[in-house]
Amino acid sequence: MTYQTLANFAQTWGLLGFMSLFGLVLFYALKPSNKKIFDEAARIPLEKD
Amino acid sequence: MAQQASINKTLTIGEGGTIIAFIALAVFSIIVAAKAWTPEYAFHAYLFAAGSVAVVFVIFNRYFSRDAAPVPQEINGKPNYNMGPVKFATLAAVFWGIAGFVVGLVIALQLAYPALNFDLPWTNFGRLRPLHTSAVIFAFGGNVLLATSFYVVQRTCHARLAGDIAPWFVILGYNFFIVIAGTGYLLGITQSKEYAEPEWYADLWLTIVWVTYLLVFLATLWKRKEPHIYVANWFYLAFIVTIALLHLGNNATIPVSIYSSKSYIIWSGVQDAMVQWWYGHNAVGFFLTAGFLAIMYYFIPKRADRPVYSYRLSIVHFWALIFIYIWAGPHHLHYTALPDWAQTLGMVFSIVLWMPSWGGMINGLMTLQGAWDKLRTDPVLRMMVVSVAFYGMSTFEGPLMSIKAVNSLSHYTDWTIGHVHSGALGWVAYVSFGAIYCLVPWLWDRSRLYSLRLVNWHFWLSTLGIVLYISAMWVSGILQGLMWRAYTKLGFLEYSFIETSEAMHPFYVIRAIGGALFVIGSLIMAYNIWMTIRSPYAAGEAKRPQLVPAE
Repeated sequence: MTYQTLANFAQTWGLLGFMSLFGLVLFYALKPSNKKIFDEAARIPLEKD
Repeated sequence: MAQQASINKTLTIGEGGTIIAFIALAVFSIIVAAKAWTPEYAFHAYLFAAGSVAVVFVIFNRYFSRDAAPVPQEINGKPNYNMGPVKFATLAAVFWGIAGFVVGLVIALQLAYPALNFDLPWTNFGRLRPLHTSAVIFAFGGNVLLATSFYVVQRTCHARLAGDIAPWFVILGYNFFIVIAGTGYLLGITQSKEYAEPEWYADLWLTIVWVTYLLVFLATLWKRKEPHIYVANWFYLAFIVTIALLHLGNNATIPVSIYSSKSYIIWSGVQDAMVQWWYGHNAVGFFLTAGFLAIMYYFIPKRADRPVYSYRLSIVHFWALIFIYIWAGPHHLHYTALPDWAQTLGMVFSIVLWMPSWGGMINGLMTLQGAWDKLRTDPVLRMMVVSVAFYGMSTFEGPLMSIKAVNSLSHYTDWTIGHVHSGALGWVAYVSFGAIYCLVPWLWDRSRLYSLRLVNWHFWLSTLGIVLYISAMWVSGILQGLMWRAYTKLGFLEYSFIETSEAMHPFYVIRAIGGALFVIGSLIMAYNIWMTIRSPYAAGEAKRPQLVPAE
């Protein structure tokens, strides 16, 4: 494996992979139906136990 | 009781294994000590031997005094939290914090009055400076992170910390590493990598401790009763995993001999520099930022008694931060032999970091929405909120300084020192103080702190100290940078180096005064915590309704 192949991979598939992974994160975080889960999760530290 | 007595008490596999491992380590350490090439290295080998013997003794002692049955995971349906290691790390944080601040004050005074070096090798600035940075970052900050992570992961998972001996091994092993590192610096043992000065054997030891830490944390998450993993745990996990990677990458060294403390890194030239600052900047990003953001996401909602402003934003904040931070390291190597594209890449990613940083800051501050009045009455909450404001300020300043044109003025000057301290004192130390002030009454089952007035004194003294510190460094740094780049009409440098040092003297004195105020504040905290632990206010008292102050 040369430096060039590594750089080519990073600049194409690596970039695409990271961008789409981040896209999935945004989708998960912003999906309206997840609101209930997040509202409950936000209250975890406040619960007395 | 009768039931428990009927169980035959035997050493657990963990206890037996630990005893065997540490007997082996003790024997090995004594052999190394006997054959060591230098007395300093022999001293460290003896420390390892003494520590190992102590571990064996403590485990047998614990075995004879404990019940035959294993510690229950739950008592009356409630998790039986393991807070012993958390307590130890909290007190260790206070101790190391004061030690680190005092050494910082000493070296600040040495810069203003060099005679304070005393012409001794052990008190030389070059040895005390890493002692200061490691003591505040790794000893103080590290113990705060260990304590809070073990506390938060148990509380938010509703599960007892995984492991029996492992959590104690993590806490005590980490503090042993601190002792090895710190005494090593004073004796002149260093591999000369900034923030990664400990030599190969200390690094190997820390690797074992850190992997155990990761396993304890993961195993606790694994047995959680709460289906959702709270966002603070994500930040802690990113901190633990990334620090492991950074540590391994930047300490890939080959020792000269097993009987020598000296080692050589496998990277060479500019690659070594790049790996060092990939490590160095991500120590900032994942140790001093991600870890302490976890504290923000747990302790501010808890103290303000309000859920975090936006849980959605916290998820985006997390992923954006860890995706971007890892690329920002090259900005430490502007105008060096590092390829130009790498420098620009580091600069661009540093600027993009503005977004997640400020997203996180907004999330922390807006959590106070509808509860801002608490800032007036609760100095602990005020300390944490001010820490988030400092986080915003230093994460604004950092990207600014990473811009090449700005960096050409700021680099190698005191501006950098001022920037680091607005982050370290204002953000990291303040959020840590806030967490410690919260934790101590919770851990020792006290209804409240001994004195909120003293917290107020701590807050105002150290805030004044930070303001003096960073404003002195701004002036001194920019002055220094401008003097360095000043040319005469004929193209000669206008000032000699010593002239710049002379010009900075008043600001060094102001900085030392700021540092002294910060030290006094931390001593007030230690007294307050000591009195809280000694105080008789049991938590039951807090249950009584409290009077609402007239507005």
